[in-house]
Amino acid sequence: MTDDALVEIEDLHFAYGGKAVLQGINLRARRGQVVAIMGASGGGKTTLLRLICGQLRPTAGRVRVAGQVVNELKRRELYRLRRRMGMLFQFGALFTDMSVFDNVAFQLREHTDLPADMIRDLVLMKLHAVGLRGAAGLMPAQLSGGMARRASLARAIALDPELMMYDEPFTGLDPISLAVAGNLIRRLTDTLGMTSLVVTHDVQESFAICDYVYIMANGVIAAEGTPADIEKSDLPFVRQFVRGEIDGPVPFHMPAPDYADDLGLGQAHV
Amino acid sequence: MFSAIYRGVGGIGRRVREGVWTLGYATRFFVAILLRSGDLLRRPGLVLRELYYVGVLSVIIILVSSLFVGMVLGLQGYETLKIYGSDSALGVLVALSLTRELGPVVAGLLFASRAGTAITAEVGLMKTTEQLSAMEIMAVDPIARVVAPRFWAGVISMPLLAAMFTATGIFGGYLVGVVLIGLDDGTFWSQMQSAVEWHHDVLNGIIKSAVFGVAISVIALFEGFDAQPTAEGVALATTRTVVVSSLAILGLDFVLTAFMFKG
Amino acid sequence: MQRGILDFWVGLFVIGGIAALLFLAIKVSTINTVSASNSYAVTADFNNIGGLKVRAPVKSAGVVVGRVAKISFDNNKFEALVTLRLDNRYQFPADTSASILTSGLLGEQYVALEPGGDTKNLANGSKIQITQSAVVLENLISQFIYNKAQEKGAGHANP
Repeated sequence: MTDDALVEIEDLHFAYGGKAVLQGINLRARRGQVVAIMGASGGGKTTLLRLICGQLRPTAGRVRVAGQVVNELKRRELYRLRRRMGMLFQFGALFTDMSVFDNVAFQLREHTDLPADMIRDLVLMKLHAVGLRGAAGLMPAQLSGGMARRASLARAIALDPELMMYDEPFTGLDPISLAVAGNLIRRLTDTLGMTSLVVTHDVQESFAICDYVYIMANGVIAAEGTPADIEKSDLPFVRQFVRGEIDGPVPFHMPAPDYADDLGLGQAHV
Repeated sequence: MFSAIYRGVGGIGRRVREGVWTLGYATRFFVAILLRSGDLLRRPGLVLRELYYVGVLSVIIILVSSLFVGMVLGLQGYETLKIYGSDSALGVLVALSLTRELGPVVAGLLFASRAGTAITAEVGLMKTTEQLSAMEIMAVDPIARVVAPRFWAGVISMPLLAAMFTATGIFGGYLVGVVLIGLDDGTFWSQMQSAVEWHHDVLNGIIKSAVFGVAISVIALFEGFDAQPTAEGVALATTRTVVVSSLAILGLDFVLTAFMFKG
Repeated sequence: MQRGILDFWVGLFVIGGIAALLFLAIKVSTINTVSASNSYAVTADFNNIGGLKVRAPVKSAGVVVGRVAKISFDNNKFEALVTLRLDNRYQFPADTSASILTSGLLGEQYVALEPGGDTKNLANGSKIQITQSAVVLENLISQFIYNKAQEKGAGHANP
């Protein structure tokens, strides 16, 4: 059980500007799994990804990827570890001054000394895997949102990473692109032997493809389990989240002074 | 009353603290650029590409502005020198003011608003659209890959542009003085040549422009790199690039002039 | 942007910059050939240097043979101590005299060297003994007025 974990997070704390964002996260992702990290927007899910890839340093706790403690690595070691990671950004983050082809070739050119024709073959293979071989010559500005995300996915898997992270891969996609994206994540994970961490708040789409689910709330893991476990869970927050109810443990209203007082009607009642 | 004073003094203190923090951060940024420039020796193509965007695209505005600056200098200088009957010294006046001051300073100001803003906007937008973040996760250091090439392109371009500015400006002065007003061609050049000295005047001007190049590039890149990742953030950073680098040019010019041309 | 076109423009840019520098070097300025390696220094004391500046030319027979390298004040003799850097190509007798002259009525001041007849030459570090100070216009005028007044006074006293 412990040996095949690619990502292990122990008691992770993170505060930003005096505000605690994460307060003791424990999480583990086994090799070959698709793990979904879910939670309400602004709950620190993206922060968690940035901690895993070492862009942020935790205030306490440990992040271990492939046996190495990310938050204790030196710059050079961290960069070496990152070659084994890939990340899909919410809006693709393609380099706008390069064609789709050059975007996908970017890592191959930066990190390897492969000859140009071999790079060309590899790039076309990656683009074919996401169905965008025909878009190789286009500039990122000419792609639709869903296509840009797929091109970005091809770029992220260019060096066959062991760990793939997806930051909100389902947001803002039309139903067809949505199905394509979910299908791609599952298929790439299985065929390339990757491990995938999917940060999302899209319940249906992620439950369809993932092996294990963590639900975050208020900076801690509120629930975890297989999708089937989670659906059966009767924790109030999980029920509210999975079923998408408006009011519940997560209130509709921001904490605020009494409504009547705020409107200046308080005195009348006294 | 008391609390207003307390707040006012506190405000000044906060500004000083933030200013010092920014200065320290920018200095570390500058050192990081220098330390991570090693890769560029293996890949000069990266600098070459930026030389095009930073240098080549600034040439037109430099040439046109300098021609007009030189022509105005010629006209105004002639009007003044004529009063003392020393209009033969027009070449000296035009050449000295351009090589020592106007060449580096005006070229620097133009460079800051033409190339500096472009750098800030580009880097700021790359940050906003998470391109820099993506690069970092792909194990490519954005300071080495994005910042350093632009920095060196700026440092190389600035002296070349300043030299072009000075040369074209002198030609502008020549057009007005000799071609338009009809001063003697030989006197114009020979007086200039005997008064302007390569080391003291021309080379010092070039050194000035190189220092400006370093300052403008660092400021523009820092503002872009440090911009808030929003549309307003990038807009604000671009404005700050122009303001801060213009002030830096004028301030540095004073310091350098005091060192170079004393005695 | 095609790589070749990019290279071409950048190449043109660099050539343009270097051409501008060459123009400044050849047509606009003179390269001061008097540097520490190919010159020797001599000193001269002057009662008054007038408006002489560092880097002012040193001329002999109207030809520039060196530059003024340093001007300081000798606090023992209360005189100006001027160091001249002369080009190695030009050698002067040890009894050469130096005077501070003005080019034109209002022009720049320079040091003029008038060679003597000594068989030994000035060497690095030697001192020019015979010097003539700068002519200060105010002194000249006041002297002239004073002389005139004296002439008149003498005329009255001696009828």
